[in-house]
Amino acid sequence: MAYGEKVMDHYENPRNVGVLDKDAKNVGTGMVGAPACGDVMRLQIQVNDDGIIEDAKFKTYGCGSAIASSSLLTEWVKGKSLEEASKIKNTDIAEELALPPVKVHCSVLAEDAIKAAIQDIKDKA
Amino acid sequence: MSTPTYMDYSATTPVDKRVAEKMMKYLTMDGDFGNPASNSHYYGWQADDAVKKARQQVADLIGADSKEIVWTSGATESNNLAIKGIAHFYHKKGKHIITLKTEHKAVLDTCRQLEREGYEVDYLDPMPNGLLDLNVLKAAIREDTILVSIMHVNNEIGVIQDITAIGNLCRENKVFFHVDAAQSAGKVDINLSELPVDLMSFSAHKIYGPKGMGALYVQRKPRIRLEAQMHGGGHERGMRSGTLATHQIVGMGEAFAIAQAEMKEENIKIGLLRDRLLAGFDGMEEVVINGDMDARIPGNLNISFNYVEGESLMMAINKIAVSSGSACTSSSLEPSYVLRALGLSDELAHSSIRFTIGRYTTEQDVDMAIDLVREKVQKLRDLSPLWDMFKEGIDISKIEWAAH
Repeated sequence: MAYGEKVMDHYENPRNVGVLDKDAKNVGTGMVGAPACGDVMRLQIQVNDDGIIEDAKFKTYGCGSAIASSSLLTEWVKGKSLEEASKIKNTDIAEELALPPVKVHCSVLAEDAIKAAIQDIKDKA
Repeated sequence: MSTPTYMDYSATTPVDKRVAEKMMKYLTMDGDFGNPASNSHYYGWQADDAVKKARQQVADLIGADSKEIVWTSGATESNNLAIKGIAHFYHKKGKHIITLKTEHKAVLDTCRQLEREGYEVDYLDPMPNGLLDLNVLKAAIREDTILVSIMHVNNEIGVIQDITAIGNLCRENKVFFHVDAAQSAGKVDINLSELPVDLMSFSAHKIYGPKGMGALYVQRKPRIRLEAQMHGGGHERGMRSGTLATHQIVGMGEAFAIAQAEMKEENIKIGLLRDRLLAGFDGMEEVVINGDMDARIPGNLNISFNYVEGESLMMAINKIAVSSGSACTSSSLEPSYVLRALGLSDELAHSSIRFTIGRYTTEQDVDMAIDLVREKVQKLRDLSPLWDMFKEGIDISKIEWAAH
């Protein structure tokens, strides 16, 4: 699979790799995908008192597109409110990374991940 | 950018320069460009001599008579011709065929076609090491079984089936036996004058010959009949019409002759390199070798690095050219059916890399590959939530994942 420059950049220099304390009240964790399908994304967001996402971390098992999609997502959500972050669409990610059609499911997974992370924070409140 | 180091010799091989040089003498006006079927003039005679010589070279490597060689466009065509040819010619004897789940698609898909035509096909499960259990085959043979098709060497995991034992079982039951030997010629000794095999498929491009060229061995004593797939001028004793591609045939002959002269030494050299590669991964956690390690050709190492996805690993190690059983490298998004047939979990199949080394692989190549793989597997595991969970002692197979 020949990838575009942006995928390669995120893949080779992934942003915001890491782990946040999943038990903290202001941290939301979204784990989506399945090992059997070849991709698992774990996205974590940390929200400040004003409801703004001040930090985001990810770890992803998956192909280059899956890693790039989650890396891009962490960049995009930082500084956004939960409301704003929930509006990120998979098509925006796919377009930004110029994902080929066969890889669009990776961006869908990223959208699922941020939705799951936001839900986790809401469940904790 | 410098080109990646080639370690995908089971996908194809470069044409040996000695082969290419020979081939070039059969193309241009100053060469022997004639049609081997032109039996009325010099140009035809020259080309016919070259074809005869190549037919002998191919036959010599596999212990066959040159009259038993039918030229084809490659192993895919040979498999089609053998399986459909037997099924169609002998359909009155029965319509049941037996093959293995780990066969190449050229065999599996041909069998699927025959099923659509009303034949019955059993696709046997291999043992977890990739080899066929003879008792499973014995149990599958029926009164109306006409053909068993089992590959000699598997293209993904490199395991060598015991075709002598399988063939003997077929003979006892009066069933034709076809062997896809695309991956074994030039790597494993083949002596068809003794082997209980009726039909055997060969490819040129897997053993340093040109693409688009293959052969089918069709036993003469007792005579095996086939219904032709390609009709026309009655070439190849009516089994495969079409003007013979002299330069391609010469290339295949030369490649087989070189293999015969050098195979023994080459296998030792390649085996040492493969063992060096394997030893280089010593001490790495969660590494699984796929397929039997003893009944295996020297050049193949199929290995799963658990918790790392194969396609992303291939991207990370793009200084070497290898293949993966990962779904992401296929258009279907299904992980390797060969590895799945061994009973591997989807995760392990997704995490597999096939290294195949060959004639031009060096120790430096292998050492570079070891360093690269060790570094990148670590990097990707640091990025993998599954690796974190494994390290925390969580059994990921016990988690209920949402399929997508």
